Amino acid sequence: VTTTRAEAAPREREVAIARTWLAVAAAALAWTVLYQVNGPLWEWLLFGPIGLDPRSRTGESIRFFVFDTTKILLLLIGIIFVITVLRSFLSVERTRRLLGGRREGFANVAAAMLGVATPFCSCSAVPAFIGFVSAGVPLGVTLSFLIASPLVNEVAVVLLFGMFGWRIALLYVSAGLAIAIVSGFALGRLSPERWVEPFVFEVRAGAAAGGPRPEWPERFALAREEVAKIVRKVLPYLLVGIGIGAAIHGWVPESFFARYAGPDNPFAVPFAVALGIPLYSNAAGILPLVEALYAKGLAMGTLLGFMMAVVALSLPEMILLRRVLKPRLIAAFVGIVAAGILIVGYLFNAVL
Amino acid sequence: VKEEAPMTTRITVLGPGCARCHELFENAKAAVVDLGIDADVRKIEDVAEMVSRGIMASPALLVNDELVLAGHVATSRRLGELISASM
Repeated sequence: VTTTRAEAAPREREVAIARTWLAVAAAALAWTVLYQVNGPLWEWLLFGPIGLDPRSRTGESIRFFVFDTTKILLLLIGIIFVITVLRSFLSVERTRRLLGGRREGFANVAAAMLGVATPFCSCSAVPAFIGFVSAGVPLGVTLSFLIASPLVNEVAVVLLFGMFGWRIALLYVSAGLAIAIVSGFALGRLSPERWVEPFVFEVRAGAAAGGPRPEWPERFALAREEVAKIVRKVLPYLLVGIGIGAAIHGWVPESFFARYAGPDNPFAVPFAVALGIPLYSNAAGILPLVEALYAKGLAMGTLLGFMMAVVALSLPEMILLRRVLKPRLIAAFVGIVAAGILIVGYLFNAVL
Repeated sequence: VKEEAPMTTRITVLGPGCARCHELFENAKAAVVDLGIDADVRKIEDVAEMVSRGIMASPALLVNDELVLAGHVATSRRLGELISASM
């Protein structure tokens, strides 16, 4: 009896793994079908059984609202799932090992990219900072990592892709990486070591403990949890943002923003960035508003500058970083990143 | 024959005192109640101690000093599985 039980355990495990893969494959198929029928299904439902007039303004608005919201939700679910599975192969500890002892320059590029790829939340900023420094990662490289992580955020990229197409999404990712690389490198040139709290250099980091290596079912379970969490968080913002968008659409005249904050106004970008720095929100809260304001003639560079300032620089994060950085370095950090965002904003306004 | 002392499971949540760390702490306490085990659930907010234990992704969870979770908040059900697997 004992032998059969001992043999059954690994087989049960295999069956469980096969079942998980099957479920993922079925979900992928369902996702593809839903994404394909999203347009035609709503068109049929709204203009058929529900009986809206496709030529009326209301009919078209409702069609656009349900189609767009469904599309963005589907994109979020699919892309966040894939990203979370991929990210489960990386960890902050692993990233630290990859960056340890490297020279500045190329390492800033690697750090910015790893900042995007590593699963990371702003509450890990302080332990990651100390851990990186104690592993011999140069300060400028560590800062490149810390700048890129919130700036090139996966929810922002998915929403930009869903709302404005892949060109804008790609432009945003490249601009965010460029800001993180250049700002980190520039901060590294200021000999920032003198502006770091001395205790940081005394911490001896323990052997990297990354936790147990997850198996495929765990990676998928983690991804499913993450998708549920993000959708729950983003959905109210999406609906409220679209509501505000509708209000702006109805009440603010078409030329209002174009006149005061269009591409021709040189003060629009600095104003948007200055407004965005103290504000603290996530991309999900900002982007529906961005879409509405863009429709009202506000320039894309100005809007992306505002969004970057909101997600990359925030008062709570500065307060958190104050534990390890002296005010001088925090000021330099904010100044240099803000300058980078400003340049990107002007650049976007010029080329788009 | 010496009677074995009842083993108390030591569960430690590490994090710099952020909202997510608090969420994990609450979930861990709920998981302990659900499992009906004798456990001591503690919270460490000292960042230097986290790093000296080799942990950089917060929040993290240790069961009897063994790292079982780092960098994300798990549900109390998932935590129950993790805790009973490493007891």
